[in-house]
Amino acid sequence: MPTVSMTVNGKAVASDVEGRTLLVDFLRENLRLTGTHVGCDTLQCGACVVHVNGDSVKACSMLALSAEGAEITTIEGIANPDGSLSVLQRAFQDHHGLQCGFCTPGMVMSAADLLKRNANPSEREVREWLEGNLCRCTGYHNIVKAILAAAAEMRGEKIAAE
Amino acid sequence: MPRDEAVASGGIGKAVKRREDVRFLTGKGTYTDDMNRPDQTYCVFLRSNVAHGQITRVDTAAASAMPGVVRIFTGEDIAAAGLGGVPCGWEITSSNGEKMKEPAHPILAQGKVRHVGDPIAAVVAESREAAKDAAEAIGLEIEEMGAVVNMTTAIQGHGAPVHDEAEDNLCYDWDLGDKDATDAAFANATHVTTLEFVNNRMIPNAMEPRAAIGEYDAARDQHTLYTTSQNPHVIRLLMGAFVLNIPEHKLRVMAPDVGGGFGSKIFHYAEEAFVTWASKEIGRPIKWTAERSESFVTDAHGRDHVTKAELAMDSEGKFLALRADTLANMGAYLSTFAPCVPTWLHGTLLAGQYAHPAVHCRVRAVFTNTVPVDAYRGAGRPEATYLLERLINKAAQEIGLDQVEIRRRNFIRPDQFPYDTPVALQYDTGNYLATLARALEMADYAGFNARKAESAARGKLRGIGLSCYIEACGIAPSSLVGALGARAGLYEAASVRVNPTGSVSVFTGSHSHGQGHETTFAQVVADRLGIPYESIEIVHGDTDRVPFGMGTYGSRSLAVGGTAIVNAVDKVIAKGKKIAAHLMEASEADVVFEDGQYKVAGTDKAKAFGEVSLAAYVPHQYPIEDIEPGLEETAFYDPKNFTFPAGSYLCEVEVDPDTGKIEVLGFWAADDFGNVVNPMIVEGQVHGGLVQGLGQAFIENCVYDENGQLPSGSYMDYAMPRAGDFPSFEVDTCVTACTHNPLGVKGCGEAGAIGAPPALVNAVVDALSAYGVDHIDMPLSPQKVWATIQAAKPAMAAE
Amino acid sequence: MYNFDYVKPASVADAVAALQGEDAQAIAGGQTLIATMKQRLAQPRTLVDLTGITEMQGISVDGGVVSVGAGARHAEVAGSAEVRGAIPALADLAGKIGDPQVRNRGTIGGSIANNDPSACYPAAVLGLGATVVTNAREIAAADFFQGLYTTSLNEGEVVTAVKFPVAAAASWQKFEQPASRFSLVGVFVAKVEGEVRVAVTGASEEGVFRAAALEQALASDFSAAAVEGASVSSAGMIADLHGTPDYRANLVKVMTKRAVEAMS
Repeated sequence: MPTVSMTVNGKAVASDVEGRTLLVDFLRENLRLTGTHVGCDTLQCGACVVHVNGDSVKACSMLALSAEGAEITTIEGIANPDGSLSVLQRAFQDHHGLQCGFCTPGMVMSAADLLKRNANPSEREVREWLEGNLCRCTGYHNIVKAILAAAAEMRGEKIAAE
Repeated sequence: MPRDEAVASGGIGKAVKRREDVRFLTGKGTYTDDMNRPDQTYCVFLRSNVAHGQITRVDTAAASAMPGVVRIFTGEDIAAAGLGGVPCGWEITSSNGEKMKEPAHPILAQGKVRHVGDPIAAVVAESREAAKDAAEAIGLEIEEMGAVVNMTTAIQGHGAPVHDEAEDNLCYDWDLGDKDATDAAFANATHVTTLEFVNNRMIPNAMEPRAAIGEYDAARDQHTLYTTSQNPHVIRLLMGAFVLNIPEHKLRVMAPDVGGGFGSKIFHYAEEAFVTWASKEIGRPIKWTAERSESFVTDAHGRDHVTKAELAMDSEGKFLALRADTLANMGAYLSTFAPCVPTWLHGTLLAGQYAHPAVHCRVRAVFTNTVPVDAYRGAGRPEATYLLERLINKAAQEIGLDQVEIRRRNFIRPDQFPYDTPVALQYDTGNYLATLARALEMADYAGFNARKAESAARGKLRGIGLSCYIEACGIAPSSLVGALGARAGLYEAASVRVNPTGSVSVFTGSHSHGQGHETTFAQVVADRLGIPYESIEIVHGDTDRVPFGMGTYGSRSLAVGGTAIVNAVDKVIAKGKKIAAHLMEASEADVVFEDGQYKVAGTDKAKAFGEVSLAAYVPHQYPIEDIEPGLEETAFYDPKNFTFPAGSYLCEVEVDPDTGKIEVLGFWAADDFGNVVNPMIVEGQVHGGLVQGLGQAFIENCVYDENGQLPSGSYMDYAMPRAGDFPSFEVDTCVTACTHNPLGVKGCGEAGAIGAPPALVNAVVDALSAYGVDHIDMPLSPQKVWATIQAAKPAMAAE
Repeated sequence: MYNFDYVKPASVADAVAALQGEDAQAIAGGQTLIATMKQRLAQPRTLVDLTGITEMQGISVDGGVVSVGAGARHAEVAGSAEVRGAIPALADLAGKIGDPQVRNRGTIGGSIANNDPSACYPAAVLGLGATVVTNAREIAAADFFQGLYTTSLNEGEVVTAVKFPVAAAASWQKFEQPASRFSLVGVFVAKVEGEVRVAVTGASEEGVFRAAALEQALASDFSAAAVEGASVSSAGMIADLHGTPDYRANLVKVMTKRAVEAMS
């Protein structure tokens, strides 16, 4: 079996995998980082979104071996260094941007990529960016609100949580 | 802590941030598939790819010899073990007095397959991929039979029926209401409006696919099932008693973090029974996780009614009577609650918010070669609301009344409660004029014509649609539902354990899979006890920790489960008074409990909640003859009536006549859920429900072809609503408190999904009314809207 | 999915050599192939990952030609200032493919080599009259697309780049299929190399095509009214859950009209 090595949440990891092992299975089963979820088999739901070399990617759409040498960040790796919730994570809590929590890791990772590219997105831009993330609980309303609030806070503006 | 401070930190009415969020936001949730048990195996089901057929060969010899295969089970193994079938929890009696037809629902197919996805064999292997490899290698031959798909032709009994015991594919033929009075009212009507429509079939699509792990501990003769369930105790009861013959004390069912349910995770499924049973057979844990494509053909679907509805009115547009005749799809087998959905959760709601003098409803439930159909967010009530609210708008259009005015003329007035409907329910309270007024205000209904003109200037068709829903929640009064065919009462249970130093552990039979009970239930207890919210823990989802429960569905958790908690808390307070009386050397009758303290009335003597609990557990000089030590109480609560959340929804759309594409421009919801414990969570429930309802109305559609294949069997063809499909919503609540539970709450989980579909369809029909369009069936896909316009254009030109 | 051997060559030559093996299959971003393999509808013995080949990367504009490396991801094309400056409609198209995560993995080479009848890129390649460069030759767009999931690529031949002529004006109009968000109908209209081209994806059972009637109408009168007056036949158009042939034929006209309006 070939070996794959990469950096996950800042830590070097290596493991033997089959050719067919998907990145998401490598994260969930080999590394037991189960915050990255699998919600579909057609690359649409986005519950498995992680960052690969800084870009948001669906971990179910990529082979583990294709990530050789890559820098991977998962939901387990984005809190503040002291373990407290990041601005974006806290905005999801403050604005009730999650219910069952299953799509949440993918939503947060996707939103983090957006805010890196666009510090001041409009509501429409946020909604369109989330095209690849399905949520069945929230109706998206509070997810959008949370992302807009996080963007404002990261720009130094304060929006009161309701 | 004074009560006000306790309330400030998390009592009733506060938008307390959810405590469950931290684990979900950091990837530390524990969903069933996140767990691996030691020495675990993996299970893959070989499923039928034809809708209806006789199995002529299942050859597992070669597959069993493949690498990594532990064992392959077929229907013969299930039969040899004498396992029961998947049971149904509700029995409907037909109008002629006959019991419904209730064919067997085997765990693995016995001779015949009846829908695409019906399980035939189960492969247990060292890995999921090895199990899949072997499943492919099983020699399978099925002699295909004609598929029964269309309900209208199914009941005519052509071809091979789905089940031999129901030659005409009828499960039951049921009716409700006074037929003679209804017929008489129709005979005297000035105007009759008729609407024939389809309530489209839905696939629930909770984002977490179902999963189950069965584990058997031979040393202790103990079974454990980890499963994605809304009601673990119900699974333990049904599976233990009816399928596997395992007594409760030998069977533990755990539903850890569950990624959404929407009804689809209420039911007991064959996969749960299989992994529980087979883990003992092979002596190792077995895990099954559905792939999404598998969920499409195994999770119970929702809705799927074909209906003819008629409304009789007088010359003033007052309703005289309503008549409905519905075919309801049951699919191939009866799922746990399926029979009650189109009957007692649908027929009983047909009065809506209106003072109908007479209602009659007939429902025929039909077997087809499709996935079983059961409760899906709203369950029967969305179908009733859609029927009524579409019919009323068509009536308004026909007699030239505004959609608001026709409703105002027919509402049950606030002074008429309690109100007995002609379809078996008594509404305890409500104020429909208030929610309507709030919705109209939020939506600036009065300004619509100006907005319509602005759209028209851009070549777009604008429409606004109203829907006034009512639902029966807080399911359910047990004696009533028992009389209606429920095979179990629908009590809820709770235990409240006050720990020695005054923290509180609450064990609830309700199950949270997104609703936020860990937060809201703690708010309720904090408010009742006047102690800090932070010192209260909510435990759910484990039959070994929680004494009993009937679970979460039908917007019942707070109204029923919450009341059980309140009652247990009240028992704790009552016992605490006895202990406090002893501690303060006062008479029990003089002890009052307020602000988290036991006080002797009229004195400054007081004992804190924690002092009393400590005395209860580690007492010195305790009146052991009079008061038993310890401070833990259990309560069972059976609601006296349903609760009746109601509201008014307005939806505004713009239709692009060139493409038929609908844009939702605004949605306004005014709901009456009774008292609100956590407004933030309530709003979130409404938002989610709205998108599920709007999804049904304009984008989602489960389609079977004539062979019983499912072309909409993946996200490539089953359209899920996405963030870009909607604007932000505006929601608000008006309050009439429920009169028969101590919290005055009604439930909020399903409202959006119930009220939204007719609001959107009414808006689109309004937009197209210039073309003479008076109805379009859901979903209002672009091609359907465009084709409707094309068909209407010549008619318009001819005028 | 079935198991396979995985290789990740660093050069086109190594990739071509690896693809000579029995049942060898190239994979780029994998946004279609991985899903196909999950369904066990493809069973390669060897998967040849092209994403490590530097010579297939990069975007450049030179002498009226935009050259896009086959390995360029959709997000790169959408975000490229050079592409946006030269052919804004091409950047626009790339920025509307799938969703952000798909755009961060999917590549232009993978998209056109797969030639899905509802894919977006084939419409730009055909509409602009681009040239497909492979390890062996250059292929004109008109010769490259050969119908449903079929191209003129030989076994083991690898697309290395696509060269687009800079258009005088162009517009991409996409009407999404509501579930998959592929094109239910997508129309790429370009004024390029002295003619008007209208390339349509998502509509035909034969895959991407040029709508001759619309091109003729627009050649003499580049206006929405000319589109209105032309007729688009629904013969040979796709019928599925989301659109009848008639509906698709209508969308071809409506999307073409909107493209023309956007260019006017």
